[in-house]
Amino acid sequence: MKKILQNCYLAIIFLFLYAPIAVLMIFSFNDNKSRVRWYGFTLDWYVELFQDSQILNSLYVTLVVALAAAVISTLLGTVAAMGIHCMKRRSKTVYLTLNNIPMSTSDTIMGVTFMLLFAALSLPKGYLTLILAHTTFCIPGVVLSVRPMLRQLDKSTYEAALDLGATPSQALRQVILPEIMPGIVTGAIMAFTISIDDFVVSYFTAGSNTQPLSVVIYSMTRRRISPKINAVSTLMFLIILVLLIVINMRSSRDAKKKS
Amino acid sequence: MKKWFAYPYGVWMIVFIVAPILLVVGYAFTDKSGAFTLANFGSVAAYAGIFGRSFLLAAVSTAVCLLMGYPLAYIMSRSGPRLQSIYMTLIMLPMWMNFLLRTYAWMSILENKGFINTFLQKIGFIDLLNRTLVPAMGWEALEYIPLINNSFAVVLGMVYNFLPFMVLPIYTVLIKLDPKIIEAAQDLGAPQSIVFRRVIFPLSLPGVISGITMVFVPAVSTFVISKMLGGGKEMMIGDLIELQFMGNAYNPQIGSAIALVMMLLIFACMAIMNRFDDGRGEEGGLML
Repeated sequence: MKKILQNCYLAIIFLFLYAPIAVLMIFSFNDNKSRVRWYGFTLDWYVELFQDSQILNSLYVTLVVALAAAVISTLLGTVAAMGIHCMKRRSKTVYLTLNNIPMSTSDTIMGVTFMLLFAALSLPKGYLTLILAHTTFCIPGVVLSVRPMLRQLDKSTYEAALDLGATPSQALRQVILPEIMPGIVTGAIMAFTISIDDFVVSYFTAGSNTQPLSVVIYSMTRRRISPKINAVSTLMFLIILVLLIVINMRSSRDAKKKS
Repeated sequence: MKKWFAYPYGVWMIVFIVAPILLVVGYAFTDKSGAFTLANFGSVAAYAGIFGRSFLLAAVSTAVCLLMGYPLAYIMSRSGPRLQSIYMTLIMLPMWMNFLLRTYAWMSILENKGFINTFLQKIGFIDLLNRTLVPAMGWEALEYIPLINNSFAVVLGMVYNFLPFMVLPIYTVLIKLDPKIIEAAQDLGAPQSIVFRRVIFPLSLPGVISGITMVFVPAVSTFVISKMLGGGKEMMIGDLIELQFMGNAYNPQIGSAIALVMMLLIFACMAIMNRFDDGRGEEGGLML
């Protein structure tokens, strides 16, 4: 009885979470621009999508910015997490407090502050401003996912490597890095995800020729969203879904191998 | 590994986190010519109603997220490892669909001619209301149930978008709970409800508190959900700020003042919240 109630609850929640997504996907195949009435199946929107230079360009911007932000924030964040790990309590607190700011202020405020900063530096809005802003809100996640790995690290392995004649940089690359790799990978994936998903900060920092997908979607919501956008989102969603399933299957296979 | 490894990030944070906040403070206290003034805050006071509504709607959404999310996190934490990772993926997955689009899809569902209203018409529910409740209350005959362009829709949009942020931290804390503590309580004769109220819930408070923070902060400052689902009538602080910076009302001084006041109010709320969470000494940095 309790089990049934629990499953009902889960079903309702997941229905709530997935109903809009199902609506979006189904209406990407609708043979009309209507978003409430079904007129029949078509793939036209998918064909048109690949001829729409505005959408393709924005998809390109989104991916370039997300990749750049993920790479820079992973490098900078991992190195920073190592440095913070070696710090005394006082400076550690200062760093972690500053690191928490992007996560605990809203993205509306972050977007506004970046806009003022770039105006003050007279940086024109474009790729550079987008990447700088995205990197800034991606780093805290990287730091926070690498730090627990460093804390679990056994100090004596590093010292053993040094005793056995490794230079500090060798010991870092061959002993510490492999140990903390899972944290780095999680951080990088997280950075990539939140960069792709971001709308608010991009809205305040994107130039008119470098609008990421989310900003283009926003400008469309004022009129009417073209089903082409449903199509591009459906494609992205399915690609991610396949990727996640592959990763999941691989990790559960690895887990089986280990045991 | 040396501590100077962190210095590049230190410089980065000064340029991209500290300096921009100082700029906002600077703008908030100056007028268009750059002279010191407090007039901007006078203008903010005129928007007290919008502040009140934003904090109220955000608080309601946070409460709903907690009521919906806690049982979910609890059920998840009690499932087998395989199911847990499936549930986890299912909760994270919607975030890969652009959030503007997901919110936009709610418009199709909630509209007057949207899916819910069409469905209710088809099954005759609206007719039923027209024959029973409507005359009894003395209302005009209904054609549809108003589900959009009101506070209900805004709250629904916020709950929909931010629910995962509530579930994840609570779930993370719940799976780390030592089962021995729960067993000990049961062995000492506590019934299930007491075990939950006196042992499990108090121990999961850190997760609840970070969940509340992670939902409340974005909810109070969102500027898209209110626009799309509130029909523009339900202006929130986020909309107000956006209007000052990107809209026709371009006025970064007043915009900065609004942003600054909102930041301070959020910090105050968080400080009060963190009072309930004295156990989290684990060098996580000060949560402002």
